[in-house]
Amino acid sequence: MRATVLVRPKSGILDPQGAAVETALEHLGFAVGGARVGKVVDLEVDAADPAEARAQVERMCEQLLANPLMESYEIELHG
Amino acid sequence: MASPQPRIGVVTYPGSNDDHDALWALAALDAEAVPVWHEEAELPDLDAVVLPGGFSYGDYLRCGAIARFSPATAAVTEFAEAGGLVLGICNGFQVLCEAGLLPGVLLRNESLRFICRDVPLVVERDDLPFTTRCTRGNQLTIPVKHGDGRWFAPPELVAELEANGQVVLRYAEPVNGSVDDIAGVCNGPGNVMGLMPHPEHAVDPLLGSADGALILASLVESARDRAISLA
Repeated sequence: MRATVLVRPKSGILDPQGAAVETALEHLGFAVGGARVGKVVDLEVDAADPAEARAQVERMCEQLLANPLMESYEIELHG
Repeated sequence: MASPQPRIGVVTYPGSNDDHDALWALAALDAEAVPVWHEEAELPDLDAVVLPGGFSYGDYLRCGAIARFSPATAAVTEFAEAGGLVLGICNGFQVLCEAGLLPGVLLRNESLRFICRDVPLVVERDDLPFTTRCTRGNQLTIPVKHGDGRWFAPPELVAELEANGQVVLRYAEPVNGSVDDIAGVCNGPGNVMGLMPHPEHAVDPLLGSADGALILASLVESARDRAISLA
């Protein structure tokens, strides 16, 4: 089963990359705000069903993929 | 009585690049500096361990996040939990935070720039095994060189650390956006410390400053005291 993990800087944490992207977009003439830069991790998970896959990916997030002090994560499962 | 040379290990991860500077500085300060390879699941007989600077495992995912899983880090964790002295410098600090041995996390510098310069530091604790040669309130000049050195913890954790006296070093001026200008912290018992500045690059006036030697010589001295008391 394929899974996608979205890792984001937690709200309230200063994200200088997001701020730099926002400034660059403004230079291009876009009216934007609140830009934040995170990470995407695509995975192939060996699991019997979606519930088990999700449980596995959650453990991966807690143990490695995200640092709970500064990041939140979201899991998407595909087919 | 001849004082024995304490044995201080320096762990080399793939991507460590200040390991040899740390070995050299410790030897210059009269320790027996012992290289430790990251695949070593058991540490040799040591009185202290240094995790050096660099870019372990390419800083992939997050700085220090992968090094946390190396066999040597597991051995260092066990060593620290048994009360052993562990000092993490720069990337070593990041590894100790990711491994949960030190509080907080190191984020990308506020400026997004790699910062490489001498910085002034204020000593907040002079009673730790790493700072016995320092004096509280005094200023040290030690270089930093990092892209991800902005120490961060949530406000409630910061308040707890400040109340417990776990802030060891503070930048005397804004450097990278660290919360409360924190440059170095220790764990609760005080046997594990991490700092972003590089004391091993400041052990001789020819290098611009010898203030780093105050920290490393404190460590050597404390490790020697332990070696003697265990002998």
